[in-house]
Amino acid sequence: MIIDPVTLIVALITVATPVLLAAIGELVVEKSGVLNLGVEGMMIMGAVCGFITAQQTGSVALAFAAGMGGGMALALVFAVLTQVLMANQVASGLALTLFGLGLAALLGAGYSGLPVPSVTRPFPEALRDIPVAGPILFSHSILIYIAIGIVAAVWYVLTRTRIGLVIRAVGENHDAAHALGYKVVRIRFATILFGGACAGLGGAFLSVVRVQNWFDGMTAGAGWIALALVVFASWKPWRVLLGAWLFGGIAALQLRLQAADVGVPVALLDASPYIVTIVVLVIISSDRRRAALNAPAALGRVFHASS
Amino acid sequence: MTALLDIEGLTKAYPGVVANDDVSFSIQPGEVHALLGENGAGKSTLVKMIYGLVTPDRGTMRLRGAPYAPPEPRAARAAGVAMVFQHFSLFEALSVAENIALGMENPPKPRDLAARIREVSETYGLPLDPFRLVGDLSAGERQRVEIIRCLLQDPKLLIMDEPTSVLTPQEVEILFHTLRKLAAEGTAILYISHKLEEIRALCDAATILRTGKKVSTCTPREVTAAHMAELMVGKSLSVPARDAHEPGAVLLAVAGLSLSSGSPFGTSLRDVTFEVRAGEVLGIGGVAGNGQDELLAVLSGETPVAGGAVTLKGVAVGTLGPNARRERGLLCAPEERLGHAAAPDMSLTENALLTGRKRKALESRGFVDWRRTRDFAEDIIARFDVRTPGPGVAARALSGGNLQKFVIGREILQDPTVLVVNQPTWGVDASAAAAIRQALLDLAQKGAAVIVISQDLDELLEISDRFCALNEGRLSPPRPARGLSMEDIGLMLGGAHDMHEVAL
Repeated sequence: MIIDPVTLIVALITVATPVLLAAIGELVVEKSGVLNLGVEGMMIMGAVCGFITAQQTGSVALAFAAGMGGGMALALVFAVLTQVLMANQVASGLALTLFGLGLAALLGAGYSGLPVPSVTRPFPEALRDIPVAGPILFSHSILIYIAIGIVAAVWYVLTRTRIGLVIRAVGENHDAAHALGYKVVRIRFATILFGGACAGLGGAFLSVVRVQNWFDGMTAGAGWIALALVVFASWKPWRVLLGAWLFGGIAALQLRLQAADVGVPVALLDASPYIVTIVVLVIISSDRRRAALNAPAALGRVFHASS
Repeated sequence: MTALLDIEGLTKAYPGVVANDDVSFSIQPGEVHALLGENGAGKSTLVKMIYGLVTPDRGTMRLRGAPYAPPEPRAARAAGVAMVFQHFSLFEALSVAENIALGMENPPKPRDLAARIREVSETYGLPLDPFRLVGDLSAGERQRVEIIRCLLQDPKLLIMDEPTSVLTPQEVEILFHTLRKLAAEGTAILYISHKLEEIRALCDAATILRTGKKVSTCTPREVTAAHMAELMVGKSLSVPARDAHEPGAVLLAVAGLSLSSGSPFGTSLRDVTFEVRAGEVLGIGGVAGNGQDELLAVLSGETPVAGGAVTLKGVAVGTLGPNARRERGLLCAPEERLGHAAAPDMSLTENALLTGRKRKALESRGFVDWRRTRDFAEDIIARFDVRTPGPGVAARALSGGNLQKFVIGREILQDPTVLVVNQPTWGVDASAAAAIRQALLDLAQKGAAVIVISQDLDELLEISDRFCALNEGRLSPPRPARGLSMEDIGLMLGGAHDMHEVAL
């Protein structure tokens, strides 16, 4: 077999990172009780803004900042619609995806195929040359380490700090949180913007680091997989990481299987990362009582501070 | 001595209604002060103003002589005012300690907080494990969480909004013991309730509101409950009555029903067995969350069970859905009026259609006969004194009591063989409640079997022939309701949860 496990693991981590970033952002949004279905739109806005900035300025750091800015700009639209104007979250989120895809295509017209600068790797050559552990642990671009850091930070903040407790409380019962004097709308604004920044960063990683190119619809459903990951990971940050790596692993593996010309239809191989990820996560979260316990009870419900 | 809280001319108007009109009274330190009134009398608005959730249009408040106008609950808490809500403001998926930390301005570290919770809960005889999930607690235990959350802030004034409506009689005793201890330490308590005997047992003074105005004050220990009721309602009330009779044949029987709950905080039913006879009212008491909703869902057909578990006039109906059961004469009125018993945004006519479709022949060949449906809705409105402009009004627009009269009336006018009602008078004012109870008794008088599931034990004793208690999904054997004391009932309800070790 021509599949080398070391390069496979390196590839899966790279493939998984955009989905991981988008999902961890959406996890925080959903924990605060907001369902933002616009992840796909925010991701592709991040991808196009990041790519254009990288191409124009040559600075990767600025590109990532622009990607986050693009995602946040779209998230801000969603926040105003759902938190101030109290629009339906499902409809607004779907509209956001459609809007994001269209706007990104418009902004990105003419940028396809242009070169972008390469991204720095934080670890020295010597570490990367260690057999097996070198490529797996030390060969990645800096954003991959940042993404894992974000997962750890989200886990710590949600479970160990007061602000995390308040976010979970708002997502659990916004009326009770309001009665205790917490600013439900303000907290949700902040989490929605955080989710937008993460999705945008994921998109920028996709276009600037992984593909190093821009084309229409390049996120190809990664935003939707991120949404599914959050639910099937039972809103647990480490399970989101696991699910994202599983998704990335199957995606990387099936490309190699296609190249190896195994006797499986290509269409089935293409679909396999989506199918396997969802099946595995459904099995993990099959205890409905436990899963429901972790689900934010106020998810998707409009908060109206009437009394 | 200066009063702890002085309220002067407080007024708050909402579009179309004046919730509070020039209300004035004062509370002394260490006083237990009752606030009495029917639904819509303005009690809730008044305490929300004191707690900073609502800003008054006019009027002033003074706390210990200093001007007091809290812009938000945080400010009220900082000033020493704490509140235990009627509908608990708790987070089910969070632990007791997390819930309490959310209600504090500067919570200590989790371990220190847990120690303080244990300390306070033991001082006041309210045992509580800080690390349990609130969703797993009984209603009485949840209330302890709220009370301890307030006590940790060392309040000068504690507001309690209908605290006993979800407690067993033994738990009420424990609560009163705690409140008396607090009052003896100098904490003032503003106590909202419509249970007049409780107020006579506990409170030092009472302020009575009617349609937003203060109508009277009294010293509860020196007047009768009937007198206070008349002050609240503005007229005297009649007690429901009916003639003595012999029960007839068994109409509905439930045998060996067990059902595990699908939701994380639901209650599983365990081996529930009972039967009701023609002309009989069976009262099922119990604190909310002990399986009432699950039992109603089984009886109505929303949760299908094995065929033989539910039999109606000897025919197994356990597998049938709600419509098939309605056709056979088994009708239900669930507790949640908006969203379960009635569709909030649909008109009363449309809501009348929803359950009356088959039994009142409101449709033919798949088409709705709207004229007949409207006549049916108007009939309900007229016969049950539903106060509404007409049958075209959305269910949401009716007050709780009026909608409840409509929901109960809708089922009764379909001439049921067996009627199951859950919390028929919850949140309904005294005169409407009396009318609903009378209608249920009249229905039984005509030969139907009636099952009343309720948390209001006085109500059950008043109208039931036999009484049984639902506790953690188990149903006690029925006993004749006549001659049961509150003590007996409390023990049937499982007494006070986890309270055996506490000396009163």
